[in-house]
Amino acid sequence: MTAQPTDIATYNFAYLDEQTKRMIRRAILKGIAIPGYQVPFASREMPMPYGWGTGGVQVTASIIGPDDVLKVIDQGADDTTNAVSIRAFFKKVANVAVTTETAKATIIQTRHRIPEYPLTAGQVLVYQVPIPEPLRFLEPRETETRKMHALEEYGLMHVKLYEDIARHGRIATTYAYPVKVEGRYVMDPSPTPKFDNPKMHRSPALQLFGAGREKRIYAVPPFTEVVSLDFEDHPFEVQTFDQPCALCAAENVYLDEVILDDHGGHMFVCSDTDHCEKRREEGHRGHLAPETHVAPGNMEPAQ
Amino acid sequence: MTDEPLLRVSALSKFYGPRVGCDNVSFDLWPGEVLAVVGESGSGKTTLLNCLSTRLLPSSGTASYRMRDGQFRELYRMSEAERRFLMRTDWGFVHQNPADGLRMTVSAGANVGERLMAVGDRHYGKIRATAVDWLSRVEIDEDRIDDEPRAFSGGMRQRLQIARNLVTGPRLVFMDEPTGGLDVSVQARLLDLLRGLVTDLGLAAIVVTHDLAVARLLSQRMMVMKDGRVVESGLTDRVLDDPRAPYTQLLVSSILQV
Repeated sequence: MTAQPTDIATYNFAYLDEQTKRMIRRAILKGIAIPGYQVPFASREMPMPYGWGTGGVQVTASIIGPDDVLKVIDQGADDTTNAVSIRAFFKKVANVAVTTETAKATIIQTRHRIPEYPLTAGQVLVYQVPIPEPLRFLEPRETETRKMHALEEYGLMHVKLYEDIARHGRIATTYAYPVKVEGRYVMDPSPTPKFDNPKMHRSPALQLFGAGREKRIYAVPPFTEVVSLDFEDHPFEVQTFDQPCALCAAENVYLDEVILDDHGGHMFVCSDTDHCEKRREEGHRGHLAPETHVAPGNMEPAQ
Repeated sequence: MTDEPLLRVSALSKFYGPRVGCDNVSFDLWPGEVLAVVGESGSGKTTLLNCLSTRLLPSSGTASYRMRDGQFRELYRMSEAERRFLMRTDWGFVHQNPADGLRMTVSAGANVGERLMAVGDRHYGKIRATAVDWLSRVEIDEDRIDDEPRAFSGGMRQRLQIARNLVTGPRLVFMDEPTGGLDVSVQARLLDLLRGLVTDLGLAAIVVTHDLAVARLLSQRMMVMKDGRVVESGLTDRVLDDPRAPYTQLLVSSILQV
């Protein structure tokens, strides 16, 4: 592909050079062919620190084309630093259209959430992954964990869940909850809340995972089985919230606690900002929603 | 007892470059039999044990193991997956240093339960009940089940390691100096416990030790090793009371009398 006419002529389209993109695409294809398997790749230095999504950015840069529409979320929100910067980055280096609307995006790069609005076939969800190895904290030797994956020895994963129940009376893992993909590889779904795990199961969208520091790419192809690990007498369950979103009154969505003042005032609102705004536009009102649509900063604190 | 051995070892050798680890070792091990391998440091006992337990591949020689279906399988021709499966179901390995055989950062209960979960047990209640049962069998109080082994004394750690290995009902246990580094009273209790368990469960065991007293207490048969070779083997009482090889005579006469 030739360089696109952008205002910064010194960068190739989508920042990475074509050889690097080919290398990453090969890793992605291999990952798709072996769902859940961690494919090593030659991760590049990116113009951002590790931990800010260097893996996700490289995956996005390798698959994005001029016609794509990109959405970037950070903990569900489109308007936080990480999301805004990565969106601006691709606007600049790839000159692509960006959006905050889940339904309009063709590529969604995410840090630790899956949008509430159901994904459709043709969409690609790119996860930023800090630690791709689900067995890391149980078995520190990478040589050993690779062997365990190869031989499908996953008893140790249940040791972690056992420890949870022994200490807390229930499986207390709430994020990075291990899943088994297509009945074979145990995978870390990146630190998404376990609330989102069921959404990965047989999702029509392609899910790609990039870990920049750890130099691993893995994938869950569309309509793939993704099962959360559990015990027969302690089955997997997602978080529930005893009140709806304070702004849009949505139920059965993942909520964030927002502190309103230093007198203990707080509210629970949708972590998916796009979903929340859409619902408010449709006329849904939570108990703390202002009468007219104003920015959250102008709101009255809860009593 | 059956009329076939559990393990057949023939002409097993392990060389580290020009150095000899163990040389031309052959023996049969029968079900329920405890074999002690004694000798001084560097005599090749641990090399032999590591080869037998497939933690190390020998330079030459064969070892075949009678699987639960009665068929003999050549250990060094099995796939790694099969060997590792054998390791965590039908076999046990008790390390001299319990930290090598335990997961020090997970609770005692999870340590005992790990093998069960590894073979597909997915019922928390049952796993925990089995763990409680095994802790009591190795004389660890039930209320210590959620403590990490780091909070345990040396003797307790060793007993926990034994429970962790025996929980899947193995038929063959390898022990590398199981009482090394423990003080004598703790050692005596551990030996007592081991002897009870081995008899109750009908375990076959290969115990590597430099302590002849341990060999006398635990084993029916013993092999004396020197410089990688077996210099004498026979019934434990015979070897200790009537040593024939000069080296065995030296070894037996070197025991300190109190």
